[in-house]
Amino acid sequence: MEFSAPVLNYTLLSPMLILLGGALIGVLVEAFMSKALRPITQLSVTLGSLVLALFQVWKIRNEQSTGAAMGSVVIDGPAVLLQASILIISIISVFLIADTEQFTALAASLPGSEEERHALQTGNQVTEVYPLTLFAVAGMLLFPVSNDLITLFVALEMLSLPLYLMAGLSRRRRLASQESALKYFLLGAFSSAFFLFGAAFLYGYSASITFAGIRNAVVGGGGNDVFLLIGIAFLSVGLLFKVGAVPFHAWSPDVYQGAPTPVTAFMAAATKVAAFGAMLRIYYTSFANAQWSWTPMLTIIAIITMVFGSLVAIAQRDVKRMLAYSSIAHAGFLLTGVIALNKPGLEASIFYLFAYGVATVGGFAIVTLVRDSAGEVTDLNRWKGLGKRSPWVATAFAGFLLSFAGIPLTSGFIGKFSIFSAAYESGAKSVVIAGVLSSVIAAFFYIRVIVLMFFTDPVEDGTGVEIPSSLTSITVIFSIIVTIALGVYPAPVLNFISTLATFIR
Amino acid sequence: MNSLTLLMLLPIFGSVALAATPKANETLTKQVALATTLIVAAATIAMAVSFQRDNVDLQFVEKYSWIPTFGINFAVGIDGLALVLILMSTILAPIVVLAGWNEAHGGRWSVKVFYMLILVLETMMIGVFAATDVFLFYVIFEAMLIPVYFLIGGYGSGQRSAAAVKFLIYSLFGGLLMLASIIALYVMSGDQGGHTFDLQTLSHLQMSSTTQNFLFLGFFIAFAIKAPLWPLHTWLPDAAESATPGTSVLLLGVLDKVGTFGMIRYCLTLFPDASKTFTPMILVLAVISIVYGAFLAIGQRDLKRLIAFTSISHFGFITMGIFAMTSQGHSGATLYMFNHGFSTAALFLVGGWMISRRGSSTIADFGGLQRVTPVMAWSFFLAGMSSLALPGMSSFVSEFLVLVGTFTRYPVHAVVATFGIVLAALYILIPVQKALHGPTTPGNENLSDLNLREKIAIAPVIAIIIALGFYPAPLLKVINPASAHVIAQLGFTDPAPTNGDK
Repeated sequence: MEFSAPVLNYTLLSPMLILLGGALIGVLVEAFMSKALRPITQLSVTLGSLVLALFQVWKIRNEQSTGAAMGSVVIDGPAVLLQASILIISIISVFLIADTEQFTALAASLPGSEEERHALQTGNQVTEVYPLTLFAVAGMLLFPVSNDLITLFVALEMLSLPLYLMAGLSRRRRLASQESALKYFLLGAFSSAFFLFGAAFLYGYSASITFAGIRNAVVGGGGNDVFLLIGIAFLSVGLLFKVGAVPFHAWSPDVYQGAPTPVTAFMAAATKVAAFGAMLRIYYTSFANAQWSWTPMLTIIAIITMVFGSLVAIAQRDVKRMLAYSSIAHAGFLLTGVIALNKPGLEASIFYLFAYGVATVGGFAIVTLVRDSAGEVTDLNRWKGLGKRSPWVATAFAGFLLSFAGIPLTSGFIGKFSIFSAAYESGAKSVVIAGVLSSVIAAFFYIRVIVLMFFTDPVEDGTGVEIPSSLTSITVIFSIIVTIALGVYPAPVLNFISTLATFIR
Repeated sequence: MNSLTLLMLLPIFGSVALAATPKANETLTKQVALATTLIVAAATIAMAVSFQRDNVDLQFVEKYSWIPTFGINFAVGIDGLALVLILMSTILAPIVVLAGWNEAHGGRWSVKVFYMLILVLETMMIGVFAATDVFLFYVIFEAMLIPVYFLIGGYGSGQRSAAAVKFLIYSLFGGLLMLASIIALYVMSGDQGGHTFDLQTLSHLQMSSTTQNFLFLGFFIAFAIKAPLWPLHTWLPDAAESATPGTSVLLLGVLDKVGTFGMIRYCLTLFPDASKTFTPMILVLAVISIVYGAFLAIGQRDLKRLIAFTSISHFGFITMGIFAMTSQGHSGATLYMFNHGFSTAALFLVGGWMISRRGSSTIADFGGLQRVTPVMAWSFFLAGMSSLALPGMSSFVSEFLVLVGTFTRYPVHAVVATFGIVLAALYILIPVQKALHGPTTPGNENLSDLNLREKIAIAPVIAIIIALGFYPAPLLKVINPASAHVIAQLGFTDPAPTNGDK
């Protein structure tokens, strides 16, 4: 048997390769660098790799190719848009991660042990979160550009494994953090198994693991439709788990709450972009012609997800859990973009993902600011009167909430409008109506937080706003500017998206 | 100055200027706010003068591309109807600023923020009436909730935050139903010649009657919540009770008019057939609002809630005039919108001064004010007379037109609505008698009468009420062609008046 060397197009793969290289450098830095220089070096390596990767993505923005890695990776307009979104969101998330206060000094030590105390006292802070972030981002970049099921699975694991670890790194309430990491890991492993099971059935159906092969089999017909249905169903379970859609959402409130807030921000925003990116690709290309076998299912899931997320969010008393349920509701809104299955739907989804991701990072950035002597305060009752204590921080948070609620002149409104109109255009009227009604429910709990912050008198319990570094301020300011700008004048971004957003098959 | 965009920008410039004023100098803040609103009012009046009254097309049209991907334009233009409402809004704004000179002091935030919110709201009030792009209209319709929400919740009294939330949730609910309808219109426009939000183009869309009925309801419910029509009115008394008098004037006088304005501009224009289908039902709701609002007003002990319920009754009249589908009814309804703005302003402002002097809004706490504070008492009396549509007051003309316009087509409704007038006499005369006449209630002996600033603020309101009562022609000349145009477009002709003694 003759061995032919794989042909790789390094330019097209460079964003991912840069991140993996950066991550490896990070591991070496962690091992050999003195503890005094470590944090700043790690931060520079991480930011440098992300920015360089973003620059590379910009350079390949007009490329269209399935041959980047022997047909396993596809680079096209949506790929570029999604990768750029993930990188921008990651950069502003890393600004939050730079606040080492949030992370345990020694993740390997038992919570409350002598070892941990020693590490903390000697300032021997480990910074493994940076290379982990880079590995996860590399996986996220690969996820929406995968062109076959094996690559898709590798990317899924590549982005998930570092996230499982990162969720357990919190310095305070370590047990809760580790519990959330374990939950995330176990349920994630479970959903990966479903994913693989589905992939196997799709292979059985089409005798191919590439998206193009599956598409041809679907278009040609003649395969065993039961295999196709089982394959789509189980593959969807794996993907829906990642985006946190009901009934596969159970992990997200606990993990959002338990993980260190910067990690929550990163996970909530970037994972969603990556997972929806992959979902859009596979449904819009491979499964497009089998739409009658999956749109009814996704429609029901979308409706349940948005209604459930909005309803349960009302009952939350913790800001991180509330944002978790709000993100579940948003997963429902985003699913309408998948159901739409038309070009406006794709454009709207990409816009929505970017707008929502940036606002989410901004929102969690604010959560990291509200603290007392024991760290972050996430109990909503203690956010009372925040508008009096620090009007600007409260105003910014209100801005993000209004965007989540989809009030005009924020990016959330344009996102909602475009995604709902795309879904309506494709005939999915029931989803649009459910979406509009759950928006009303959702508005209620966003407004409740605004009432707490602005219309309630502060309680003197030591809760205050502390800005850890100018990096966090950059994240907040950037996010609020993007949120407002995309709400007031989204035309340039929408134009840019619409020129690029076409999947190649 | 003949640019609507510039007119909308003026208050924004004013609020930027406000932001630059030092926080400590509250007088300067108020002066800048007052100057801005006065300039805007003057500019609007100048525009009204150059408005061509007999031209039924949109005037002062401007159009800039905003979000081309969705075919959205920043498009504005006004007809007689919009002009009258913008005129009302911009004249009320300086009056509210002057009348409520000290209103902002009980608030959670500084005086500066209060006036910045008012000015931003003024921009949106102009924009919402001027928009000719449905998307632009929707954006302003929703966005203007936010400043009002903060005005009620931040500067009101009593259960202010609960009232603000109730107001916002009700309005958002209606707004989102409207959004669903707008999305449907947008998608249909894409199927029929390209995505657009242009009101003119959308009014020619072909759609099945079922679709039209559903979309009509999406818009109508949003407007009926705004207006507010029974049974969607429950947020209004709470909001009016908690808001400062000035905010209430803007809320009831201007913002609620967006509801009735929307019924004419959007419901009738976009969905003529559905409007006809739902007319019988809406007329019943309107008549119920008239009578129900009046009955509840009679029963109120709180002065602000009383005024709110009188407004529900008045909005019933306006809605009835709109859906009577006659040109008199329409002209009457439009004139009613204008007049209601001023008579409600008079009631709320004078009522607000009475309340702040007495420290209570319960009607029973007043009494014998006529002797202690004659100017304030007379002002309240005149405002009340205008509210019950006494001949010689402006609201008489509009109420009469609405009733005449309705009677020619729906005599039964008109007759029942006439009882609203009788009830109006009760709900106004009872508080007038309790608060103004009789022996002076202990505790009221030392109340001070209106000061010069308050007199200057209320004088133009009362002058307009009386002047238009005797000579409504200048406004009717603007309104009549627009109303006749709307009715003609709907395919209606006015029924010939029946002769009583045949």
